[in-house]
Amino acid sequence: MSELPNAADAVEVLTRHKNYSNLTRTAKLIAKHDADTRTIFGFWVYLMTDCVLFASLFAVFAVLHNNTYGGPTGAMLFSLPYVLAETLILLSSSFTCGLAVLSAQQRHKKRVLLWLGVTFLLGASFLGLEVNEFNKFVRMGDSWRRSGFLSSYFTLVGTHGLHITIGLLWMAVMIGFVFRRGITDLVLKRIRMLSLFWHFLDVVWIFIFTIVYLFGAIKL
Amino acid sequence: MSGAAYFASFWLGKLSLKALPPSAIQWFGASLMILVPLGIALLLSVTHRWKWLYHEWLTTLDPKKIGVMYIIVALAMLLRGGADVALIKTQQALSAGSNAGILSASHFQQIVTAHGTIMIFFVAMGLMFGLINLLVPLQIGARDVAFPFLNATSFWLFFGGMVLVNISLILGDFAATGWLAYPPLSELHFSPTVGVDYWIWSLEIAGIGSLLAAINFLVTILKMRVKGMNFMKMPMFVWSVLGSMLLVAFAFPILTVTLTLLALDRDIGTHFFTATGGGNMMMYVNLIWAWGHPEVYILILPAFGVFSEVVSTFARKRLFGYPSMVWAIAAIVLLSFIVWLHHFFTMGAGSDVNAFFGIMTMVIAVPTGVKIFNWLFTLYRGRIRMASPLLWFIGFVVIFTIGGMAGVLMAVPPVDFQLHNSLFLVAHFHMMIVGGVVFADFAAITYWFPKIFGFKLNEKLGRLAFWLWLIGFLLSFVPLYILGFMGATRRLNHYSASLGWQQLFIVSAVGAAIIGMAVGVQILQFAVSIYQRKANRDKTGDPWDGRSLEWSTPSPVPFYSFAKTPQVSTRDAFWEAKKQKQTSTPQPYEDIVLTKNSPLALVIAGGALIFAFAVVWHIWWLAIVGLLIVIATIILRSMDEHTEYILSASEVERLDRAYLKAGGLSK
Repeated sequence: MSELPNAADAVEVLTRHKNYSNLTRTAKLIAKHDADTRTIFGFWVYLMTDCVLFASLFAVFAVLHNNTYGGPTGAMLFSLPYVLAETLILLSSSFTCGLAVLSAQQRHKKRVLLWLGVTFLLGASFLGLEVNEFNKFVRMGDSWRRSGFLSSYFTLVGTHGLHITIGLLWMAVMIGFVFRRGITDLVLKRIRMLSLFWHFLDVVWIFIFTIVYLFGAIKL
Repeated sequence: MSGAAYFASFWLGKLSLKALPPSAIQWFGASLMILVPLGIALLLSVTHRWKWLYHEWLTTLDPKKIGVMYIIVALAMLLRGGADVALIKTQQALSAGSNAGILSASHFQQIVTAHGTIMIFFVAMGLMFGLINLLVPLQIGARDVAFPFLNATSFWLFFGGMVLVNISLILGDFAATGWLAYPPLSELHFSPTVGVDYWIWSLEIAGIGSLLAAINFLVTILKMRVKGMNFMKMPMFVWSVLGSMLLVAFAFPILTVTLTLLALDRDIGTHFFTATGGGNMMMYVNLIWAWGHPEVYILILPAFGVFSEVVSTFARKRLFGYPSMVWAIAAIVLLSFIVWLHHFFTMGAGSDVNAFFGIMTMVIAVPTGVKIFNWLFTLYRGRIRMASPLLWFIGFVVIFTIGGMAGVLMAVPPVDFQLHNSLFLVAHFHMMIVGGVVFADFAAITYWFPKIFGFKLNEKLGRLAFWLWLIGFLLSFVPLYILGFMGATRRLNHYSASLGWQQLFIVSAVGAAIIGMAVGVQILQFAVSIYQRKANRDKTGDPWDGRSLEWSTPSPVPFYSFAKTPQVSTRDAFWEAKKQKQTSTPQPYEDIVLTKNSPLALVIAGGALIFAFAVVWHIWWLAIVGLLIVIATIILRSMDEHTEYILSASEVERLDRAYLKAGGLSK
């Protein structure tokens, strides 16, 4: 968090300049620093609520995963190499997203644009693969209408996909921001939050990969 | 499908002239829903107040004003939910034997559902969030909440949900499923009209508003307390809100999921809760109560907080057992997540499961009991002033204890098998929510009214309202306990005359009428108090000899709340400062950073409302429009880097002196 003005800096300014206008400037620095930590902390709290949301959907999947109602099981539908490809793409996008944050901290505009762009492309490919997979199932007649299992499968994985879509939209807006305004404190803070969001989606995907696809594909 | 029909279904979805109300009573309700907003609009035009409304209220990001708006909406909805009660009680008093009463069965069920939904989501939640907005920043010595824009968005989403429920009076119908809309009844097959969709989407947007508000207040309480106020020095109301908001953050995502899954079942044919296709309707009941039981404590914890403040102020004594109060809140927060199954012991989960949840339910009564005793011990040997907020507390203790005992009784699974879904249960939870939450909200409104508006409410009428409420309430609900024992079920629109229930239903209706009078007296109380506001003016800023920081500000609280950052070193900071006649070193005035008004929160919620309405009626193009409005507005807001302004120290000084002079406040 070294780029953000912190309270220690502010106190230093305070001791060096004793006149009034600098005092208020100091107060502003402290207020701004507090506001930034609040926003990041608030975003963490939001992520925890999102965690509960996904936990509920996982619970629903756990209850319904055997209710195939004569339709296909996970083992019949899922192709593990395909899902592994999705997983690797998403994990790489998390890595490039991290590189974008590092570049943003160095205020390196071009590199931020590059890494955000790469992350966007990887995220979009992941989403494309997911939509393609959904499309394949639906065309085979195995849509969410087929059984309780497929309802919960499409909803859990689809909710993750919806989050990815929102993340991509956010990323596009951030690319526009960086392009137009460079890397301001505000932009840096938002790139940090975006990366938290993206890593969070990565973690959720790991659970989806394990619980939905691995456990589903392996006949126990 | 013919061209014209296709055209209509594309542009209007399921909406047609058939959506207009079928019966005279429904026409009356619909015309009220049109005439009341029209009347308000006319009044604003005549008095040239549109600009004032826009600048002072619609675009405000000030939590104090947002709090007032929450409470106004909630009180208006209390009248709406009360009108539902009038119909329910009239129907039940008349409808024995050959008399069919005044309502059709379907209309009666819609009214019961609307009553429950409105009272919980738009009255109890609204009053609670109103109080939280008004008080939490003031009590922790903060000038604002952590995220002011988000806070306004939460309010307008709540408002949007409220509007959607009321649109159902004009177009289409409302759910006739009971307030939690259990499947399979709430599935498309058994509820093919838009009623359940109205229910789903109004709760969905109001619920997301609540979730965002919880995140906001968690961060506000955890990060924005004034220097010196550590956790064990926070006012008890703030503690109770912290507990409540934690519950919202953990419980409301479950509600969002549950409602969404039901909507998916109805709209795109999934099989989550359907009777066929591999659905599991019992999962719905589990999910909805995994949210629903914490919800009960979400409502009651802030009510406990209010009473903690009221009792210690009017006993002029510090709260008895502060640490045990805190631990009681913590215990309730934890336990409230492991009792949900007591809402459906009859589901057949087996004796082990039922025993566990039964015992947990009895255990959760313990911390609640701790709190009741602590309040009583606070009163013991206090220098008590019998003002109406304290009367509400005493009414609360009586009713809440009776209701609580009934609850512990029902925690025994075999007993619950007898009483499940009976009027006994109805009497129990009304005693908890009306006797607990609503009484606390009335106490709070009376107690903090002078802080927000600058004058006290009329005490005589306040007392009269209290006694009418208490008598009416007992008269209305004690018969329901008896009827419940006799086997009367909830949501009963007709019964056989030979059962001998009619007298008790009539007594209950008389009680409801007395509550109606009490509400009338309360409206009169507001009117008289506003008329006599000069005589009841609070010039001190501290009309009750209060204890926490909000009483250190002038009444009404200036928009910047605190001219100088308050100093805190103990619990009951303001009380201690008064006691020691602290002449602290005069602090200089500082520049204050405040948030600019913005109309965009209203626009976001408007987009959400359009989206929700369109999905209810399957008008897909309009849903896309609503969604685009929401997304575009969020992006627009994110581009604005100048959302704050600075009130200079000299300006703060000028305003503060003017306040001190006007109020005769000596500090």
